[in-house]
Amino acid sequence: MSLLEIDNVTLRFGGLVAVDNVSLKVNEGEVFALVGPNGAGKSTIFNLISRFYDPAGGSIKFDGHDLLKNTADEVPSFGIARTFQNIELFEQATVLQNLLVGRHRHRKTGMLSNIVFSPKAYREELRHRAAVEEVIDFLNLQAYRDKYIGGLPYGVRKVVELGRALASEPKLLLLDEPASGLSVEETQDMAFWIEDIQTQMGISVMMVEHDMGLVSAVSNRVMALSDGKELATGTASEVQSHPAVIEAYLGTGEISKTGTSRA
Amino acid sequence: MRFVFKTSYDADIQLFKHRAQAVWYALLLLLVLATPLYFFVIGDAYLLGEITGVLILAIAGMGLMLLTGHTGLPSLGHATFMALGCYLNINLLGAGVPWLIAFPLSGLIAGVLGTMIALPVLRLHGVYLALATLAMSMLTSDFVVIAEPWTGGIAGAAVPDINIFGAEINRYANPYKFYYVVLFVAILLVWFYRNLLRTPTGRSFTAIRDSEISARAMGINLTRTKAMSFFLSATAAGLAGALFGHSAGYVTNETFDLVMSITLLLMIVIGGLGFIHGAFFGAIVVGIIPVAIANGRSFLATTFDVNINVPGLESALFAFILVCFILFEPMGLYGRWLKIRTYFELFPFYRKDMFKRQKSYLKTDRVQ
Repeated sequence: MSLLEIDNVTLRFGGLVAVDNVSLKVNEGEVFALVGPNGAGKSTIFNLISRFYDPAGGSIKFDGHDLLKNTADEVPSFGIARTFQNIELFEQATVLQNLLVGRHRHRKTGMLSNIVFSPKAYREELRHRAAVEEVIDFLNLQAYRDKYIGGLPYGVRKVVELGRALASEPKLLLLDEPASGLSVEETQDMAFWIEDIQTQMGISVMMVEHDMGLVSAVSNRVMALSDGKELATGTASEVQSHPAVIEAYLGTGEISKTGTSRA
Repeated sequence: MRFVFKTSYDADIQLFKHRAQAVWYALLLLLVLATPLYFFVIGDAYLLGEITGVLILAIAGMGLMLLTGHTGLPSLGHATFMALGCYLNINLLGAGVPWLIAFPLSGLIAGVLGTMIALPVLRLHGVYLALATLAMSMLTSDFVVIAEPWTGGIAGAAVPDINIFGAEINRYANPYKFYYVVLFVAILLVWFYRNLLRTPTGRSFTAIRDSEISARAMGINLTRTKAMSFFLSATAAGLAGALFGHSAGYVTNETFDLVMSITLLLMIVIGGLGFIHGAFFGAIVVGIIPVAIANGRSFLATTFDVNINVPGLESALFAFILVCFILFEPMGLYGRWLKIRTYFELFPFYRKDMFKRQKSYLKTDRVQ
């Protein structure tokens, strides 16, 4: 059964067609990867799902809800969590506080009971902290628990961002380049975590990634994009050997006869 | 160096990190509760009045701190909300509403009106929001003149005394009681503020400050949350304005002017943006400067027979102090205090660059 259905979605920035009639489905419990050269429209698709952009046409449905009818801040309430390509953490807050913001969609108390710290707000706080502690445990973040993000190395921030998304207990996790800037070991850790997220937590994962090693290690299906258009969809090896994909990455091998393309 | 071993979630939630901290704050509470005793013994309550003024400024500072330091929205118009609170308080008291109802009500109405004024400008960021609120502050004096039936216009309005269950409290007649009233309000607001910061609402404020885009991606409604922060901030400023009215006794269209708005903002920057302590430290500096200048002047005049009568000396000194802080201690007085404390806690292992990374300014300071 498909969890996320994107149907013929198009997005234009002025004259540039960033996403051109793309359709895709992410099934429940699978890891789905988007690959493609820079500027192919991978992150743009993420931003469409997050409702940061309004598509010119098409439909985006998640778990029976029409996402296009909702605003960006309502999307997480359906169970979609995401990370960003250039880490977007709350820098002047600790790791713990960052993860707790991830619990925002589960809050049940309002401003008033928060201000007077009512017993209900206190019990809720305990629940949030218990949930966050499991994420800290899962991602081995104990050492950084009370550290400020501003002082953490890049690799740890990447994990914290994954943790913040996990803390919201999503059904679908959108990972925008989870391995960019990570060392080989850190990338391996990330691969194990993605596997665990899929198999143990039962969360579907959709990711944008350039590291084909990671993509082929964890993903069930892969879609290759170029210039906003779908090139091929299938398993990692199928996509990698697809002629259109090879052409997009390496060129056609024909020498340009007009000479204008080089200019 | 103290290591706190956390064995329950309460260790993170409770107001004090460990017992020693709780003891220090209890001592501080005792000190501020006993302060009037000293002035009572020496029989001169002038300085107590100044301290009360500092507390009132700190209450307004907390309001602005919530908005600027914790939500990342700079405002140069908080004197407007103080004016709202002050004149609402005067009119409600004039209409025969008991002070215990009129005072909180004037804060709340100031909060609601403030939010309504602020909603159109909440879409603006950084320097543009500051400019819009600056414009609001510049209009305040004119509005006070226009609304003469309620404000007394240029002639001004007398502020009635506080009346709690028949006990009349006037700043000059009962400075001790007035101090305790202000102190109670200040402590109550600190408690509210701390509660806010340890619960989802406060965390959504700081989330907006640090990254609007990921705050939205976590399900935080930007407009609603910013409006909430504006409401709480304007409410605190309104309460401070009402107390300021009681403290001044008489308010005119020039009481809540642009200079006061700017002073409030500078105050929280000097105190330390993003810390509740910052509002108090900043208020102390703002409260001390005029007293220090007056004392210094009379000292020079009596001992060296030197008379310094430079107009605008206070503003110049204030501006100089501010420039020094922005250049040398962007974390404010509270940041300096943290560094000194860490130095002694880690002695002799403190390194000069320990706070280097956190020197990155709050998003509030950046022009977006």
